[in-house]
Amino acid sequence: MRPYLRDKKTFTFEEIPEDTCFEAGYLVTENSGWRSVTPKIDAQACIGCSQCYLYCPDGVITIQDKKAVIDYDFCKGCGICSKICPKNAIEMERAI
Amino acid sequence: MRADQLDKNEYFYGHKACAGCGGSLAVRAALKVLGERSIAVLPAGCMSAVGFNFPQLCFGNNAIISMFAGTASMLTGVEAGMRRRGYKDFHAVGLAGDGGTADIGIQALSGAIDRGDDILYICYDNEAYMNTGIQKSGLTPYGARTTTTPAGRNIRGNIRPKKNMFEIVAAHDIPYAATATVGYINDFIDKVEKASKIRGTKFIHVIAPCPTGWGIPVSDTIEVAREMADCGLWYLAEYENGKFTLDRDPGEFKSAEAHLRRQGRFKHLTDEDIDLIIKSRDEKWEKIRREWK
Ligand SMILES: Cc1ncc(C[n+]2csc(CCOP(=O)(O)OP(=O)(O)O)c2C)c(N)n1
Ligand code: SF4
Ligand code: SF4
Ligand code: SF4
Ligand SMILES: [Mg+2]
Repeated sequence: MRPYLRDKKTFTFEEIPEDTCFEAGYLVTENSGWRSVTPKIDAQACIGCSQCYLYCPDGVITIQDKKAVIDYDFCKGCGICSKICPKNAIEMERAI
Repeated sequence: MRADQLDKNEYFYGHKACAGCGGSLAVRAALKVLGERSIAVLPAGCMSAVGFNFPQLCFGNNAIISMFAGTASMLTGVEAGMRRRGYKDFHAVGLAGDGGTADIGIQALSGAIDRGDDILYICYDNEAYMNTGIQKSGLTPYGARTTTTPAGRNIRGNIRPKKNMFEIVAAHDIPYAATATVGYINDFIDKVEKASKIRGTKFIHVIAPCPTGWGIPVSDTIEVAREMADCGLWYLAEYENGKFTLDRDPGEFKSAEAHLRRQGRFKHLTDEDIDLIIKSRDEKWEKIRREWK
């Protein structure tokens, strides 16, 4: 489980909770629009070492079948993963 | 702890921290170790500002914002309340900035350690009050330019050294204290795990570069954090059972000058300023190499 996008995105004034309690992990917006460059993983070169997964500040990388996979909805394009990868398997592309 | 032993869930996700934010990595990694049965207390600061923007609520576990000064006292209350309700297997964890820890929150922290409350206090140190636009804190290093310590013709940035928070906390005879950096994330993860198994008050001071405030590219956060430890301007150490230990001695230091010069906040420093920083680094290491074997 991780915080995820919900269907209900707007709230009327009456619906806003009066106290400080609300559901954990309730997301209504993506962060993909922040990117000016986008990490692209070369699955051939990736050895699934988890370095990018460990160091991504946004936690958007998972290792699936020994390969890194990115959740582009929330990747901000910082490029940390690309720098940390020991196999140079992540290229930052000028595209969103 | 190996990567595949970590909780696969994410507990800090979709947050609005700047791209490449070191603080957000520290929070994310700590919560992956502590898991869903942790109650996080975050004072005013970047991590609460980027994590709670109703209805965008980025913590997957229970989390609450405390008053700026009150991280540790709220942790005390959370822990006592949970215990009173019969919960056993949980972690009360504080995730506070350097200003919130070394300045305004230091009294509450000192009190909690004195009472021996069973809490884990993590200070993510980005070396200034970032959330309000980069003001000097007690943990801003010598020479750094902030909006309250500008670099001009007569005074070149911060004229005070970085407060020695780790040793101030250790001087309370706390059960466990450690320093860490997001640059060596496995070491940080291991320390959080170790702290989570110790009863009583625990404190971890983790360096977390802020690209916005430090004037570095967003892709360089980890590299700069590593370099800071490798050039001796940070150290990885622990305090346990009344004893200090140095966890990692880089041996020959990497260039501190190159490390400082690549950061916008140190651009104005003269060669003499840098010599002064290196001299105080060498004095510090002479002492810790001698005393913290
Ligand atoms: C009592 C009080 N004084 C001042 C503020 C304004 N304030 C909010 S966040 C912040 C800076 C926090 O700095 P730090 O603890 O280093 O965390 P960072 O933002 O750098 O992550 C300040 C001064 C406040 N919220 N409450
Ligand atoms: S760091 Fe590189 S090799 Fe390792 S998992 Fe990520 S993409 Fe694959
Ligand atoms: S670019 Fe940054 S946010 Fe995107 S996957 Fe890489 S490390 Fe994570
Ligand atoms: S200002 Fe710095 S600490 Fe705050 S969110 Fe941005 S990068 Fe992180
Ligand atoms: Mg700060």
